[in-house]
Amino acid sequence: MEEQYILEMVDISKSFPGVQALKGAGIKVRKGSVHALMGENGAGKSTLMKILGGLQPADSGKIILKGQEVSFSSPSESLKNKISMIHQELTSIPHMTVAENIYLGREPLAGKVFVKDSDQNARATELLQGLGIQIDPKIKMVRLSIAQMQLIEIAKAISYNSEIIIMDEPTSAITEREVEHLYTMIRNLTKKGVAVIYISHKLNEIFNIADEVTVMRDGEYVNTKKIEELTRQDIISMMVGRELTHMFPKVEVEIGEPVLEVKNLTRAGKFNNISFTLHKGEILGLAGLMGAGRTEVMESLFGLVPANSGEVLIKGKPVNIKSASDAKKNGLAFITEDRKLTGLFLPHSVKDNIIAASLDRFVVGGIFMNEKSVNGICEDQKKLLRIKTPTIEQKVKNLSGGNQQKVLLAKWLLTDADIIILDEPTRGIDVGAKSEIHALMGELVKTGKSVIMISSELPEILGMSDRIIVMHEGKLTGEVSRQDATQDVLMSFATGTI
Amino acid sequence: MSEVAVKPNNDLSKSVKAFLTKYSIYFILVLLVAILTFLSPAFLKPVNLINIVRQISLIAIVGFGVTMIIITTGIDLSSGSVIAVAGIVASKFAHPDTYPLAVALILGLGVGLLAGAINGFFVSIVKLPAFIATLGMMLSFRGVGYILSEGHPITNFTKEYDFIGSGYWLGLPLMIYILFGAAVLSYVILRHTKTGKCIYAIGGNQQAAVVSGINVKKNLMFVYSYAGMMSALAGIMLSSRLSSGQPTAGLTYEMDAISSAVIGGTSLSGGIGTIQGTLIGALIIGVLNNGMDLMHINAYYQQVVKGSIIVLAVILDKARNR
Ligand SMILES: Nc1ncnc2c1ncn2[C@@H]1O[C@H](COP(=O)(O)OP(=O)(O)OP(=O)(O)O)[C@@H](O)[C@H]1O
Ligand SMILES: [Mg+2]
Repeated sequence: MEEQYILEMVDISKSFPGVQALKGAGIKVRKGSVHALMGENGAGKSTLMKILGGLQPADSGKIILKGQEVSFSSPSESLKNKISMIHQELTSIPHMTVAENIYLGREPLAGKVFVKDSDQNARATELLQGLGIQIDPKIKMVRLSIAQMQLIEIAKAISYNSEIIIMDEPTSAITEREVEHLYTMIRNLTKKGVAVIYISHKLNEIFNIADEVTVMRDGEYVNTKKIEELTRQDIISMMVGRELTHMFPKVEVEIGEPVLEVKNLTRAGKFNNISFTLHKGEILGLAGLMGAGRTEVMESLFGLVPANSGEVLIKGKPVNIKSASDAKKNGLAFITEDRKLTGLFLPHSVKDNIIAASLDRFVVGGIFMNEKSVNGICEDQKKLLRIKTPTIEQKVKNLSGGNQQKVLLAKWLLTDADIIILDEPTRGIDVGAKSEIHALMGELVKTGKSVIMISSELPEILGMSDRIIVMHEGKLTGEVSRQDATQDVLMSFATGTI
Repeated sequence: MSEVAVKPNNDLSKSVKAFLTKYSIYFILVLLVAILTFLSPAFLKPVNLINIVRQISLIAIVGFGVTMIIITTGIDLSSGSVIAVAGIVASKFAHPDTYPLAVALILGLGVGLLAGAINGFFVSIVKLPAFIATLGMMLSFRGVGYILSEGHPITNFTKEYDFIGSGYWLGLPLMIYILFGAAVLSYVILRHTKTGKCIYAIGGNQQAAVVSGINVKKNLMFVYSYAGMMSALAGIMLSSRLSSGQPTAGLTYEMDAISSAVIGGTSLSGGIGTIQGTLIGALIIGVLNNGMDLMHINAYYQQVVKGSIIVLAVILDKARNR
């Protein structure tokens, strides 16, 4: 029965200074199947996959590929063995073209030296067309949105013609429509016998695409089951080791007077005539597909990129926000969707990241930092959000993806902003922590703050929002109250079919 | 609620603006040439122009290697010292009736290659910051220069060796041909070879390069070695031009080379830069120096102007890359 698995990872252990990331973890994957790998943030999923991808060596354990024991000391070895990987962090090179990014390290060559650019572009065009991705391979990566970059990374992983493709949270940056597209691509791959290891925190996706599920907890193997034998509750309790009852703990709060009014905000080429109002104690959901311009509106509102026209009133008074510090002074906080680019200082400690936006609060006598209160508050935040890190002195780049997101949240929650803009706040966050963040949003509005939440996950929008506005191609296409909102209504607004 | 008035020529003015920003350094060069032609009639004479190109050929050649290094997010401070040592080594083997020209050239270039490889070793394998590794090389190689030459200039060369720096072919100095050759070679490496793509990739996002299976160490070794060899080439040319190998040769050339690259649009944060840009950057420096000399501007003021131009060029470049 051994040969039925194309890949077996057995009893893998790995430790980092201060952290045992894996202890006896493993996974067994069948040819032509989609194998979901699940676990809380920091469970060790990415680490296990990095070992398979040749990025990190295991301390102990065995990898058996098609019956042969192997070990990879570099990504190129793993690629040669027909294993490719979509990394949890986007790994694109901004100032190179799409085609150059896709064929990086294996460019079509003339005479072993010269890169045949036109060949490369033609190949990329063919690849992207075959996958139904409409992106010109000759444009530079910086010109793409995050979601488009993610699609390119998917295309790149597929282009290796691998037998095993690891997808570490491939849908973290794309919306429902592109997810459907990804499913199609995955099904085409498995038909050809390719095995896909699929990591995601979104249970919907798992039930849509996976054949088998392996669950990990705290670096250990928990169980592997066929998807038919599982319910959502089963997976969740295997992951967290306890029951989790309500997913969207909506707190009923009295909605007060308007705190933010946006009138006819326009930025050429990005969005047009956006008007909406946010009230005290309200969670306003902002739904839409990728590229609808939701993030762009918030960027202009927050003063990062100026709008061409329009008016913004905060608590009834017109304001002119030209920079992030203006925005902060006016009581706004913005938790960005791209934590690497605009949110976190990766080489700095968890502590320094958490306090970065509220330094004034910890200064004594205008000069010195009050280390004691810094440490106290950071420890509180760590506990509150269950940030998995050995100490608050740990560098953020060493945390798992989901825990990085939590640090970002902690940072903004510490500021005493009244209006909090959350752009995809639970992207990459496990189910347990997700419901805690949702609960925290409830706490925020209970204390009289207001929240704007951009999310591409419709269940989250539906579950948490008091009111929902929807954007499509730079325009506001709909507004629905909590009672009237359904998945279908939102989708038709989001696709512009109403 | 003011509506944005849509101007009919909006697109045109936008693309003109895009064009201007894209080629901003070319325009700076053209502008400088125009101003200097206006201010000093001697400027546009062919003799003077040829002179400028010959003058900048050394910093441009060094600049090509440095450009590649900066693209990988590194830096090279050792170029000036390598120029001196390579010049001295080649000079020692260039006396009449001793060795054939090839020996002098191969040994001179070989020293540069060695220095570059040592830089590359410390940067890619020992993982020292490039600033530190090449600073060490800069100091110690300057010392090596004094040791090898015993502090004296080395003179008395074969005719062939002299020809490198002062010879003419088809009416142009040989140095200009060498500059041209080095430019084409560097351009082709960076733009059309796999190594070139790897260099951009390493500078753009090293992690991405690693996961794509690129051998980062090997490529860094190449880049530093190549830059060392380019400096050595400049060192040989300089010693021939001066008719002597000197331990003080090439002082502060590394700064001019780095400036050329940066003026030419190479980003110190890596991933961006071109050979043609560096060439233009070097020309801008050369034209400025020459023009100010022609106008008899006091050397102290010249430095102020040069410093300001570098800062200005980078400000422009920031606007370009936004
Ligand atoms: N380079 C590193 N140095 C130190 N600790 C690390 C390093 N890489 C990972 N870890 C730790 O190992 C553990 C497992 O991390 P891993 O990234 O595998 O989690 P994950 O299951 O992928 O989580 P997520 O769902 O948040 O992506 C975490 O506690 C993390 O902090
Ligand atoms: Mg992970």
